[in-house]
Amino acid sequence: MTDKTALTLTINGRDHAIAVEARRTLADAIREDCGQTGTHIGCEHGICGACTVIVNGEPVRSCLMFAVQAEGKKIRTVEGLADGETLHPMQQAFMDHHGLQCGFCTPGFLMLAVGVLEREPDINDDDLLDVLSSNLCRCTGYQNIIKAVRAAAEQMRGK
Amino acid sequence: MTAPTKFVGRSVARLEDRPLLLGKGRFAADVSFPGQWHMRVVRSTVAHGKLRGIDASAALALPGVHAVWTHKDVAHIPPIPFRLTGLKELEPYRQTVLAKDYVRYVGEPVAVVFAADQYVAEDAADLVELDIEPLAPVLDACGDTGPFDDTHATEPSVIRKGYGDVEAAFKAAHAVVTLALSTGRHSGVPMETRGAIARYDEARDILEMHGAAKVPWWNRDHIARMIGRTRANMHLLEGHVGGGFGIRGEIYPEDVLVCAAALAFNKPIKWIEDRREHLIAANHSRQQQHNVRAAIDAEGHILAIDNEFFHDNGAYMRTHAATVPDLSAAMLPGPYRVPAYRAVGHIRLTNKTPCGTYRAPGRYESTFVRERLMDAIAAKVGVDGVEIRRRNLIGKSEMPYDLHLETLGTHIVYDSGDYALLLDKTLALAGWPALQADLKKRRAAGEMVGAGVAMFVEKSGLGPSDTVRVEIKSDGKVEVVTGVASIGQGVETAMAQIAADALGVDYTSIDVVHGQTDRIDQGAGAFASRVTVMCGEATRLASVKLRDKLLRLAAELMQTEPAALDIINGEIVRRDSTGPSMTLAELAQARPGELSAEDTFLSSHMVYPYGVHVAAVKVDTDTGAVAVERYVIGYDVGKAVNPRLVESQIAGGLAQGLGGALLEEFVYDDNGEPLAVTFADYLMPTAREVPAMSILVTEDAPSPLNPMGLKGAGEGGANPVGAVLASALDDALQRPGAIVDLPVTPQRLVRLVKTPPASI
Ligand code: FES
Ligand code: FES
Repeated sequence: MTDKTALTLTINGRDHAIAVEARRTLADAIREDCGQTGTHIGCEHGICGACTVIVNGEPVRSCLMFAVQAEGKKIRTVEGLADGETLHPMQQAFMDHHGLQCGFCTPGFLMLAVGVLEREPDINDDDLLDVLSSNLCRCTGYQNIIKAVRAAAEQMRGK
Repeated sequence: MTAPTKFVGRSVARLEDRPLLLGKGRFAADVSFPGQWHMRVVRSTVAHGKLRGIDASAALALPGVHAVWTHKDVAHIPPIPFRLTGLKELEPYRQTVLAKDYVRYVGEPVAVVFAADQYVAEDAADLVELDIEPLAPVLDACGDTGPFDDTHATEPSVIRKGYGDVEAAFKAAHAVVTLALSTGRHSGVPMETRGAIARYDEARDILEMHGAAKVPWWNRDHIARMIGRTRANMHLLEGHVGGGFGIRGEIYPEDVLVCAAALAFNKPIKWIEDRREHLIAANHSRQQQHNVRAAIDAEGHILAIDNEFFHDNGAYMRTHAATVPDLSAAMLPGPYRVPAYRAVGHIRLTNKTPCGTYRAPGRYESTFVRERLMDAIAAKVGVDGVEIRRRNLIGKSEMPYDLHLETLGTHIVYDSGDYALLLDKTLALAGWPALQADLKKRRAAGEMVGAGVAMFVEKSGLGPSDTVRVEIKSDGKVEVVTGVASIGQGVETAMAQIAADALGVDYTSIDVVHGQTDRIDQGAGAFASRVTVMCGEATRLASVKLRDKLLRLAAELMQTEPAALDIINGEIVRRDSTGPSMTLAELAQARPGELSAEDTFLSSHMVYPYGVHVAAVKVDTDTGAVAVERYVIGYDVGKAVNPRLVESQIAGGLAQGLGGALLEEFVYDDNGEPLAVTFADYLMPTAREVPAMSILVTEDAPSPLNPMGLKGAGEGGANPVGAVLASALDDALQRPGAIVDLPVTPQRLVRLVKTPPASI
């Protein structure tokens, strides 16, 4: 299993030319081969959502996708959210509403929420709760995450 | 001149957040070194067996594999030592870093593979063949004991605590209430799995381990000793930590193995746990069975409590040794007057994952027992649960209250508290009478709804000491170097708030250093909700000392008296607002290397916050799902440095408590095979299950044991959740005493709902 394929991953608008085995997960490729360690791995079996990134506009679990499947697609990770020094409204809302403690789950929640709200800006509160319940956080008890995402949704709609 | 800004007591924004939000955190898996080898652990697939042989030849033949270690390679490394409550008789039951003759749980490290690549290391580990002769596993901690080895049985020790004449109290009792109760096996399960990266710097002869947490200094000393080094040539370094909850940061076999291997091979060694490993290898907790009885008088006053319990510690005694059962025994009386008390706690080993502490260790369990007992007493006497608690509460005038019990090397004396006042306040916030009326109406209409109350006393601020050094850097920034650790709880912000007020600077100008053994020689770390209390006071003391020094030095330069000066927003000014001022940076440049102070806070007693939880639930009679409709928490922390951080600690604790009460359980089959090995079978609460909650943080009983009156807040969110949900579920079922086991999974609840009360 050591045959490597050369491919290019486009992460936050930047191309990364890498060579990986066919079995390498996108999460590992983003972290280890492209050095973007903001994307976290919490379970490697598709449940915790810590590894959530946005691929072609849709939030996906990068531990469930192979790197080779992401070639030619637009990948966005937490490192690409802020605009220079200015935090993305979602990041700012997490700060304002204390939506993080240890911060390990945070990149996954940010990408999940941003990905969904960009596609469905008018999503109702209950559906949003359903979406957020697909990621796990062990520190916050979720209420502040929910508040943060709702506040950011307002703001993103206002734009 | 503006008035000095006060930060303590305000919910200021966290200093920690920005890098974490930007994806610039540095968690264990983010640490890499050129040329590093990856370590993969080969784990026992058998719960109990004799280890006859290990064949690593196929693994070693795989390209990219550098080495495989088994016990003989690490035979010189002693077993992992006890950090707390280390009774002598427990020592034969300590775990070696790799299994020697026997395997005792599925997941036990048996060998380790070192390879150039993580994927190859995993492939190779799969190729290591274990020859294990299976033995009958011991899985029930309450039944007969079995053999641990040729000379030791599976009951290493029995804990006994108590006071007063229990026998006499039971003889004189109006009635006796007896219960058999159990709490399930669950654990902290932080979102970041464990990880350890060791690197040997030959030029400096320093071995460093990254991925440290919780107690880096103690671990430095003891890992060093285990592998033949000293504290002087070993450093433990903490990066960002993805949740601690008691389980992360203890010395585990893998920490020692990466350190030993980094030395042996002179290569950086990286080990990152996967989730399956985490669920079977990191500490479990909580599993206890209690047989408890209370002697009461006609009004339901407690005369005595007699409790015998069995603590399932899994396969080995790890760093916590007897800590959890000791706390269960010592903290069971809680906020009530218990004139006579006896606890007998059997520490039992079983062929399951070894155990340690998990947020509110021993108290989640014993609060469940005590509060179930209070509800049973209420039912026996025929009064409601609130009334029976009121009758038994320790009064404010009885403080400080000596419990006549000891734990963690300290005598338990409740330092301050007004339990009845907090009960009143919390019930008022919950709108208790209206809630009761509403639930009654809904029950009459066929809904299965109910409410419960639980009370508890927590402990915090374990000593014996903390030292902090505060320094003004040449750019005027303040550095606070602590001997504690950060596990995501906001320690940087809280310490910065305290230092800022004492010094007269903005809290955002303060860098708080934690978890770095190369920055300060001693540190007790972060456990037992000790950080805010111990480190907070040490920070204040050192900051006050530094402020005096700054004013003295500035007075010399400004040709005035220190008393004529003040520090406001990082600037040294004259109190009469005349003449020039001086920035801290200017002072630091004028007196280079002089602007620092160190101080130590000593404490031999813990401080005791206390709380009340109220829950209202609705049971879906078809699915057994429990919806928590209302959740109200009152918690007195003496003094809150940052109320929002306190609230979020409580909220996070509640979510974990809820998981343990309703969802989470490490289940084993009859062969000792763990069945909860992914997040699909170990169910943690999501945003759907955790209710919105009302949290009331009060400061009615500041601790008399430290000048700010602080008590720790880390564990009060989790402590009584099992207890209060059990109470609420009894009420929903209209069947007092129905809930005796946690977790109350949907399957169990459906069974209860479908079984008529008479046949239980
Ligand atoms: S790491 Fe991908 S879902 Fe958990
Ligand atoms: S903030 Fe720690 S897991 Fe979510």
